[in-house]
Amino acid sequence: MSPAFLYALVGVGLFTLGLYALIVHAHLLRKILAINVMASGVFLVLVALAARTQGAAPDPVPHAMVITGIVVAVSATALALALMLRVRAETGRAELAEEPLE
Amino acid sequence: MTERGKKQLPFRLLLVALLFVLTAGLGYAVLTLPSQAPGLSNPVVANLEASGVSNPVTAVLLNFRAYDTLLELGVLLLALFGVWSLAAVPECRESPPGPVLDGLSRLLVPWLILVAGYLLWAGAHAPGGAFQAGSVLAAAGVLLLLTGWRLDTRFSGLPLRMSLVAGLGVFVVVAVVLILMGGRLLEYPPSFAGALILLIEAAATLSIGMTLAALFLGARPEAGP
Repeated sequence: MSPAFLYALVGVGLFTLGLYALIVHAHLLRKILAINVMASGVFLVLVALAARTQGAAPDPVPHAMVITGIVVAVSATALALALMLRVRAETGRAELAEEPLE
Repeated sequence: MTERGKKQLPFRLLLVALLFVLTAGLGYAVLTLPSQAPGLSNPVVANLEASGVSNPVTAVLLNFRAYDTLLELGVLLLALFGVWSLAAVPECRESPPGPVLDGLSRLLVPWLILVAGYLLWAGAHAPGGAFQAGSVLAAAGVLLLLTGWRLDTRFSGLPLRMSLVAGLGVFVVVAVVLILMGGRLLEYPPSFAGALILLIEAAATLSIGMTLAALFLGARPEAGP
C-alpha cells in the first residue's frame, strides 16, 4: 500500500471521528469543531489521492480545490460561531433546544 | 454513569457500530481506487506555458478554474455579510495587552506584511499565492485586534468596505472586460495572463486578509461621521 492510500485512510478515519462527535455532543461549539475535523478529513483524502502520479508532481487540480475549500471552511466556521453566539445571547445556552421554542 | 447516560448507552453503541460500517465502506472505496491516476496533471502541465505562471496550483486556481476562485471570494464576502447582520454579539471583556503581546505585535506585524507580499509574488512560480498571503495578512490583523487596536473611524466606513470587496470587484471587472474584448469568461490572452493574475491576486490578498480579520472581530465596526 502506497503512502497516498495510508494518508487517505487516515482522512476517512478523521471524517467518521468528526461525524461521531457531531452526533454525540449537544454543545454547538463542539459541533462546529466536529464539522471542522470532518472537513480536514475530506481535505486529507483529496490531497493524498492527488499524489498517485508515479513520482511526478501531484495533480494540481485537487490541491487547488483544497485551498478553495479551506478558505470556505474558515468563513463558514466564522459564520457558525457568530450564529452560536447569537443563539447563546437569545436562549442563554449554546445548545439547540430539543423542543421548539414557544 | 448518570441515569440519562445509561439510557443512551444502547443508542451510542448502535451509532458506533453504524459508523464502523461507514468507515469500512469509505475505506473500501478508497482502497479500490486505481493505484496510479494522474488525473488532470498532464493537461495542466501541457498548458502551463499559456497560463502566465509556472506554479501549476496557481495556474489552476487563477486561470484554468478561475471561476471557482471568483465564486469563492463571493462566499467569503457573504459569510462576512452574515456575521455583520448578526451584529448583536455581546461585547467581549477586553483587557489591556501584556508587555509580551504588545512588544511582539509591534515586532511581528511589519514582518507579516512583508511575508504576505513575498508569498503573493512567489505564488507565480512556487507554492504561495493570494490565499496564503491573505491569511498571513489576516494573522497580522488578528494580532493587532488582540492588542486592542481598532481601525480609525475615518477608515471604517467606505475605505474598509472598498478593501473588502476589492478582490471580488477586480475579478468581476477583469471577467467583464475580457468578455467585452471578445473572449470567453475569464479566458486570459496568454501574452498578459501573468500580469492579470498578479493584479487579481493582489486585490484578492488584500480582501482575504481584511475579510478574515473582520470575521475575527465579529461585529460590524462603527462608521465614522
